[in-house]
Amino acid sequence: MSEGAQSLAGAVDERLLEELPGLKLRYLTVERGSGRSNRGLKQRLRILSDRMAGQQAIAVRNQPIPWAYRVFFRHIGLDPDEQRTPVEQLVLERMLKGGFESRNLLDDALTIAIVESGVPVRALDADRVAGAPGIRPIGPGEGLEGRPGELPGGTLVIADEERPLGLLFGATAAGRGVTKATKRTMLLSVGVSGVPDIAIEEALWLVADALESG
Amino acid sequence: MAALLELDPKVGGERAGFVPRAPVEDRRAARIELRRQIGKLERELGELFATTFPRSGIEWAVPAAGGPRVLGIAELERTRDALSVRLADARAEVARRADTEQANRDLVERMIADPAEHRWVRVRSEDVGDRDCKHWHSRPRWGIVGMLLGWWRVKLSSGCPLAGG
Repeated sequence: MSEGAQSLAGAVDERLLEELPGLKLRYLTVERGSGRSNRGLKQRLRILSDRMAGQQAIAVRNQPIPWAYRVFFRHIGLDPDEQRTPVEQLVLERMLKGGFESRNLLDDALTIAIVESGVPVRALDADRVAGAPGIRPIGPGEGLEGRPGELPGGTLVIADEERPLGLLFGATAAGRGVTKATKRTMLLSVGVSGVPDIAIEEALWLVADALESG
Repeated sequence: MAALLELDPKVGGERAGFVPRAPVEDRRAARIELRRQIGKLERELGELFATTFPRSGIEWAVPAAGGPRVLGIAELERTRDALSVRLADARAEVARRADTEQANRDLVERMIADPAEHRWVRVRSEDVGDRDCKHWHSRPRWGIVGMLLGWWRVKLSSGCPLAGG
C-alpha cells in the first residue's frame, strides 16, 4: 500500500444508520492476492502469541473495542459467546492451540491486524465485487450464493451493487472470497459505535502493509 | 416506559395491530434506550466474568434472538432481561462461592495452627479461589513414626507441574 493510500467509505442503508448509529464500512483494495507467508509475519505471530497469555485473553472482552463489537452483536441478535467476535475467536484459538498458527500470507496478516487492533477485517476477491460495497438489509427474494434458499427478511449483509457478498459478521458468499487465483484483494472493515475511525484505518493498513510486503 | 411494551412489526414484532402504536420517534427512542441498557449489562457481565477467572462452572451464556438483523423492541427487551437475569444469577453464585472460599481460608489457618486436629485434611488452591495448583495437606512428620507419636504438620505442595513436564 502506498503511504498515502486511504480507505474508502462504503454506503450504509439510511434506516440502518438511524437504528444503529456508528455503523460504518471502510474498504481498501490491494493489488495482490494471498500466497505463502513470510518469515517476518511468522515471527510477528510468534511475538503476538507470547504477548497473549491467559490473563490477557480473559481481559480481551472488557477492552473498549472488543467490548463495542460484543455489544453490537447483542444488538443485532447474535450471541457473542456462540458466534464469537473475530478478535475473541482468534484469542480462543490461541488459547486452545498454544499459539497463533501461520496459515498463509492473507490469514496471517488478518490475524495480526485483528488481534493488534481489535477491529474485524475480512477479505474478498476484488475482481468479483461489482462497484462499491455497502451494508444493507437483504431484499425480497435475495439469498447468499452457495447457500440454499432465501435469507430471512431483514438479514444484514455486506453487498456490492448487484448482490450480497456475505452476512454481516458471518459467512461469505460462494466464489467471492480470496482464492489462489485472486489477483486483487478487497479488505473490508465494519465499524460500530464506540470504535474510533483511526482503529479501523489502522486495522486495514496493517493487513494491506503485510500483504504488500509479503 | 409504555413504548417499551409495544412491538414493531417492521423490526421483528409479532403482534402488530393488537396494541395502540406509539409514534415512530418514541419507538426508536425506546430501542435506543434498550440498546444502551444491553451495553451496560454486557459490560457488567464481562467484568464479573474477568474477576471470577479461573473459577469454572458458572453459567455465562445468554441466548440471542438470532441475526444479524435489526431487533424490535420486544426482542431487545428479551435480550436485556436475559442479560439481567444471567448477571444476577452469576453474582449470586459468585457470592455463594466467596463464602465457601472464605470458610476454606479459615480452615487452612486452623489447620496450620493445629495440624493434629485436622489429620489428613487437604485444601486445594481452587477451594480458596486461587488460580495456582498448590494445596495444603495436614500429614504426619516422618510418616508412620509421626503418626504414632502425633507429630503432625501442614505441608504446602510445590505448585503446578512444569509445562511439558
